[in-house]
Amino acid sequence: MDRRKSIQTMILGAGASALAFHGCKTEDKPLDETLTAAENTNYFGRTPDELERIEKLNAEQLFNEHELETIAVLSTVILPPKAPHGGPLEADVPEFIEFIGKDMPDMKNTLLGGLMWMDHKSNTDFNTEFKSATLEQQKQICDQICHHDDDIPLDDQPLEIQFFALMRNLVVTGYYTSKVGIADLGYKGNQPNVWDGVPQEVLDKHGVAYDPEWIAKCIDQSTRNTVATWDDEGNLLT
Amino acid sequence: MATKQLADAGLNVAVVEAGPFFDPADPKTMTQLKWPYDSPRRGAGTDRAFGEWDMSYGDWEVKGEPYTVEPGTTFKWWRSRMLGGRTNHWGRISLRFGPKDFKGKTRDGHGEDWPIGYDDVKPYYDKVDKLIGVFGTNEDLEDDPNGFFLPPPKPRLHELFYTKGAKKSGIPVIPSRMSMLTKRINNDRGICFYCGQCGRSCSVYADFSAGSCLIFPAQKSGGQVKLFVNAMVREVTTDENGKATGVSYISKEDRKEYKLKAKIVVLAASACSSARILLNSKSKQHPNGLGNSSNLIGKYLHDSTGSSGMAFIPDLMNRDVSYNEDGTGGMHVYSPWWGDNKKLDFPRGYHIEVWGGMGQPNYGFGFDQGAFNKLVGLPTGGYGEKLRDEVKSYYGAIVGFGGRGEGLAVKENYCEIDPTTVDDFGIPVLKFNYRWSDVEVRQAKHMQDSFEEITHNMGGIYLNRPGADRNHGLHPPGEIIHEVGTTRMGDDPATSVTNKFNQLHDVDNVFIVDAGVFVSQADKNCTWTILALSWRASDYIIEQLKQQNI
Repeated sequence: MDRRKSIQTMILGAGASALAFHGCKTEDKPLDETLTAAENTNYFGRTPDELERIEKLNAEQLFNEHELETIAVLSTVILPPKAPHGGPLEADVPEFIEFIGKDMPDMKNTLLGGLMWMDHKSNTDFNTEFKSATLEQQKQICDQICHHDDDIPLDDQPLEIQFFALMRNLVVTGYYTSKVGIADLGYKGNQPNVWDGVPQEVLDKHGVAYDPEWIAKCIDQSTRNTVATWDDEGNLLT
Repeated sequence: MATKQLADAGLNVAVVEAGPFFDPADPKTMTQLKWPYDSPRRGAGTDRAFGEWDMSYGDWEVKGEPYTVEPGTTFKWWRSRMLGGRTNHWGRISLRFGPKDFKGKTRDGHGEDWPIGYDDVKPYYDKVDKLIGVFGTNEDLEDDPNGFFLPPPKPRLHELFYTKGAKKSGIPVIPSRMSMLTKRINNDRGICFYCGQCGRSCSVYADFSAGSCLIFPAQKSGGQVKLFVNAMVREVTTDENGKATGVSYISKEDRKEYKLKAKIVVLAASACSSARILLNSKSKQHPNGLGNSSNLIGKYLHDSTGSSGMAFIPDLMNRDVSYNEDGTGGMHVYSPWWGDNKKLDFPRGYHIEVWGGMGQPNYGFGFDQGAFNKLVGLPTGGYGEKLRDEVKSYYGAIVGFGGRGEGLAVKENYCEIDPTTVDDFGIPVLKFNYRWSDVEVRQAKHMQDSFEEITHNMGGIYLNRPGADRNHGLHPPGEIIHEVGTTRMGDDPATSVTNKFNQLHDVDNVFIVDAGVFVSQADKNCTWTILALSWRASDYIIEQLKQQNI
């Protein structure tokens, strides 16, 4: 079993599956199929050196099973799944955090120490580990560390504050850089198209307009396939 | 460009490249149209400084190829080790110099005049426009001359906001001038399909990269071009008369030294790399390096000035995401320099680049959401359902500014050989000595003032303005990646390294066709001038060969 699958299995197998979103999208696409599709894209323009480093990182393990489960639980508290685009688990956020924690070792201690703080806090207050606490209890803990004073540099604030801010960043970025997250955001790009300006209703909504003189100089997309020729003064003839 | 011109003229050309072969169309190396989730790090810049999709093998650090910096000074040296080098990832901002840009000393007493003027280079700018393709508009501006442009793309939404905001302060805004094909220029290259990813190097060759647009066509035109890749040039070899006989290089594959014989050596390794090769080419005839009787090789190194800024524009919140606004890579509009230096406390100027819009999310997207909450009067931080709404409401509401300008070329900023350190190939490395002066800092302050004023005109909030303690955000030298000036041209061999045709004063069969020959940088980017001068130098080489002068 490869690492991606094993992480998913650990998380889902440990009861965190209750936190996964069960909307029509994921039901249409069984998890296994999603994973197979993802495996086929593991070649993404890396140089041999870069690929070697990724393989090396993949062979290492940063978080143990318990920590990954805690990350899975916490990430869904931070960003609950919602129809129709799921949540952090559908976005492989725990796998992403496992990788990035190795890729950027500076965050390693913040992540590991923060997870331990969450359990310690939960054990102290509720006599149970964070991942097994009720959602209400989990929120009580998060509420104490989720609002930091913006006027003090984050690095000068207690570790649990740093940890939560980092986790929130990683969960949000992990979700919105995933297939489901990009669908949730609504980004329409990254595909061949022909740009022909902002739609009129969008211009109207924001109270701006194109200057006709400016637009007259812009590309008439019906001529884009015609080879350009100019007169001696640089006036385009075609 | 020299490869293309010389090969087209029927000469045999050996191209010696320090990195691997690279073709933007190769699916194995291609990053264009990849999604963040194709990578376990979601596009983060751990391996590549501009993010992992950026098409540059190497950035300010290259494995096995160190450089040193004189303590108390700064320089960051970008290298792209691949066929086509940094033209694979550059911004494609393609600006001609204007008449004043070639005559700095005459203009304001600073620096030196070039030995040539705009009229000498204009025919070559025209030819470069037509051969390579650049979109833009003829605006009849004195120092941003007309050219042979393809029509520009229409502005994006945030660019309309920028235009309105800048014009309110009397700052001109015109369509940007970038080398992407909005229209076909021949049947060999594709047309832009608006993915906004020119930094990933275009697989249909719709943007300019030296490999896809010059080397490959040169190979097709006469079959005269032979590529030597993974070959680090150590020195230019010379005979007993001091004339160049070729180059010696270290193969990165076996770390052994090889020699190539040549009638003419043309250096285009980047300003600092070419200086390094010449300084390392010591011989009895050239004891302090080839072509260095002036002792000026490495001197007058200068990068563009740069200061950057960011604004939050409430009127751009809650964007309609129903359409794709990737557009071309980079900006569709920009501001050429507008100031009157008589009223300012610094010489020369800068242009403003603008970015923003609903781009592809990658690593870092959605970070510090709370900081924006504060700007709109919401509690910072938090978590839960609301995060989705916040992320979406701020998507596309950020506009960024890049001021890119002219720093002064001074002898005191230079690179030299550091004999104590070698790279993995045993070649002595460069040591940099570079300090900005007060005039560049004052220029950066003016950039910040402009950005802030434009932001206010856009109804926005200017973010994190850097103060005097941070040199008003002035980027350290080398960060704008426009290294020029190390082998400057001139009429007097005592005060310059090459003549006005890029030919070493000391050795008539060695030419430099990168930005080393620049006397000054202008507030333009250097690529279009490198290409024009390289073409001009190539014509001169062909002519001199015909006359049997070299």
